[in-house]
Amino acid sequence: MLLGLSFAVPLFGLLTEPVSVAHYLVVGAILFVSGIVCMAIKRNALGVLMGIELVLNGANVNFVAFASPYLQGTGSRSLGLDGQVIAVFVILLAAAEAAVALAITLNFYNNHATVDVDRADDLKG
Amino acid sequence: MMPYVATIAAALFAAPLPLAFINWHSFFFFLFAAVACGFAVAVVAADSVVRMAFYLVLSLGATAGLFFLAGAEFVGAMQLMIYVGGTLVLLVFGVMLTAQAPFVSIKGSGRDSVVAGVVGVVLLAVLLQAALSVASWRQPAAGIVAEPAATPIGMALVGVRVDEPGVGAPARNVRPGYVLPFEIVSIHLLVVLVGAAYLARAKRRKTPRAIEVAASVEPPASVAEHAAIGRDRSRGASVLSGGR
Amino acid sequence: MADFLITTLELPAWLAWSITAMVAAVLILNVIAGGALVFIWAERKIAGRIQDRLGPTRTGGKFGWLQSLADGIKLLAKEDLMPDGADGMLFRIAPYVSFCASFCAFIAFPFAFDFIGQRLNVGVFFVIAVLGLEVFGVILAGYASASKWSLFGAMREAAQVVSYEVPLGMCVVVPVMLAGSMDLVTIAEKQGGWFTSWFLFHDPFTFVVFWIYVTCAIASVNRAPFDLAEAESELVAGFHTEYSGLRWSYFFMAEYGSMFLVSALAAILFMGGWNGPVPVASILGLSEGTSDTANYFVRLLGMINLLGKATLGVLAMMWIRWTLPRLRIDQVMATCLKYCTPLAAAMFLGAMLWQIALPGGLVPGLRRPAAEIREGWLPGPGGAARSVGEDAGTVVKVGA
Repeated sequence: MLLGLSFAVPLFGLLTEPVSVAHYLVVGAILFVSGIVCMAIKRNALGVLMGIELVLNGANVNFVAFASPYLQGTGSRSLGLDGQVIAVFVILLAAAEAAVALAITLNFYNNHATVDVDRADDLKG
Repeated sequence: MMPYVATIAAALFAAPLPLAFINWHSFFFFLFAAVACGFAVAVVAADSVVRMAFYLVLSLGATAGLFFLAGAEFVGAMQLMIYVGGTLVLLVFGVMLTAQAPFVSIKGSGRDSVVAGVVGVVLLAVLLQAALSVASWRQPAAGIVAEPAATPIGMALVGVRVDEPGVGAPARNVRPGYVLPFEIVSIHLLVVLVGAAYLARAKRRKTPRAIEVAASVEPPASVAEHAAIGRDRSRGASVLSGGR
Repeated sequence: MADFLITTLELPAWLAWSITAMVAAVLILNVIAGGALVFIWAERKIAGRIQDRLGPTRTGGKFGWLQSLADGIKLLAKEDLMPDGADGMLFRIAPYVSFCASFCAFIAFPFAFDFIGQRLNVGVFFVIAVLGLEVFGVILAGYASASKWSLFGAMREAAQVVSYEVPLGMCVVVPVMLAGSMDLVTIAEKQGGWFTSWFLFHDPFTFVVFWIYVTCAIASVNRAPFDLAEAESELVAGFHTEYSGLRWSYFFMAEYGSMFLVSALAAILFMGGWNGPVPVASILGLSEGTSDTANYFVRLLGMINLLGKATLGVLAMMWIRWTLPRLRIDQVMATCLKYCTPLAAAMFLGAMLWQIALPGGLVPGLRRPAAEIREGWLPGPGGAARSVGEDAGTVVKVGA
């Protein structure tokens, strides 16, 4: 009966199995694509910045997934510590990038009274 | 008596769903994954910048949960501290400093969104195909319990790799760790700090800034009028000059 | 506890774990809510004593101890207002964000050796990180209220909390360095024995670091004299100007929860955690592992110890609040950037050099837990490190 129920509810089959690296990669892909689309369609400079954060985060998910020995199937080797250290560096650089981008945005706001990136067309011929 | 209690309890709780068969690690993975992905999409869909920031906080926080589930405790805590606690507070700060209307929202055009959506779906399809194509990535986890990584990461950052034994290897074959990247990142952060402070500093200007022009409310004519009124009052005996 | 449920009551594993998790969650929730109830009453009484005014006297019971309950009923009965121009979703959700952050930090917080929700290898880092998220609720509240006062309060809070996280982090790093681990349990265990092995008395630098930590902790939980975000003389009530009723009380529970948490963190990092000033349990012959009852008794004693220290910390915060005048915003920032941060960095360096110069300590007879660890991590003859592998089950083997 229980087996029948688990076939009846397809999601339930997912819940009974342990997750794999691919699960994490799917999450990373969704975060990455959300970030790309966010960067493309937002006209607010801060919105674009948030898109960048999402993209970096999606990449981080992949690094951590490959680094985790817990998620590896039998026989395959994880990336080990390297993946986690790279994720840490990515987080640090994202913080630095956000600080500079925010400073640029504030400067832009001072000069143009808006944060709309489409208005940054001073050099247009 | 005791098995009896257990049977009743199990019957009560297990009746709606065979909970005993759930892999709780997977359950929490799907919970966090749903929050992370759902709010990532919400960031794209939202108009108000502050709402976007809030959704981003939830998305990144859930991602930190995913890191914890993968056994990367240090990275998860780092994500919470730097990304969510630092970077996003900074972003919201930026939103507040640059907001003119109470709830600023700059809408993109519909055509852009459609194009971006199509490109996004195509990109997602490519990425998913890549993610699911390798067989060894799809193997369910063997469940090797990860060792706590905080100490090895710390040692790796100061240049000693304690995670890769290399037993019997000569000393020069031991991998050097991450001293150089660590130093580069430190200097980079310092430079960024100075640079950001320099870029965002308050400047003295001769001409009014655009924001000040935008904020000035009345045309000069009325100012002149007021000045004229003031002059009249001071010439004649008035309340202001004390009736002299 | 889960083991007990599985073996004795013969419950299935998933049910046992769920029950254990729920019990832990309810206990933590009650620490926050019950703590807030007691602390609000205590705050009024202390304010009454210090400022020579009347505290609660009439509302039921001796010393007016029913006052907090009466307050609670009043808050429940109040109308839940929302300003016209507010961003409804964010306005409603902001108090819960604050409260959740304050609550979640307790997950990794040990009350005694194994009275802990989830022992994390990066415990202290996690607690500080999650506690830092509380500011988000405040910022959202300030922004979503569509009120100038709220916005100013939120801006001040954002600037203040983000700046004070820097010296706070530096202060926390010093005990972490001495204990050689970020695990709160390990840090507290390293300070067992008499009070002389507390990190507070480890060397002169840690003593100074403790006081910097106290300053930064008060600032990071927004208590007077650093409560600029809710300065009633300038900003009406700061970020919670527009809040009333139950939502407002969530902010307060979050504030009291995080006050308690930073005090308890100070107790663990600097004042021995659950190890009392005098090792009462071992004098009585009740060391860990004698029997189950003895274990339990020792841990209960430890928890009382820790709660006592944390309560002392909270009372000290109240004392400071009702004694010192509020600083100006520029003074707050100057305190952080010009005094706390450089001082914390210098003390960090000092504590490090002290470890190198005086590994045995000034008085060789006293127990020096940090020195033992340091020797474990020294480079071995082969150029790689030998590891003691004793903290948090990390067994690291390095060939030399």
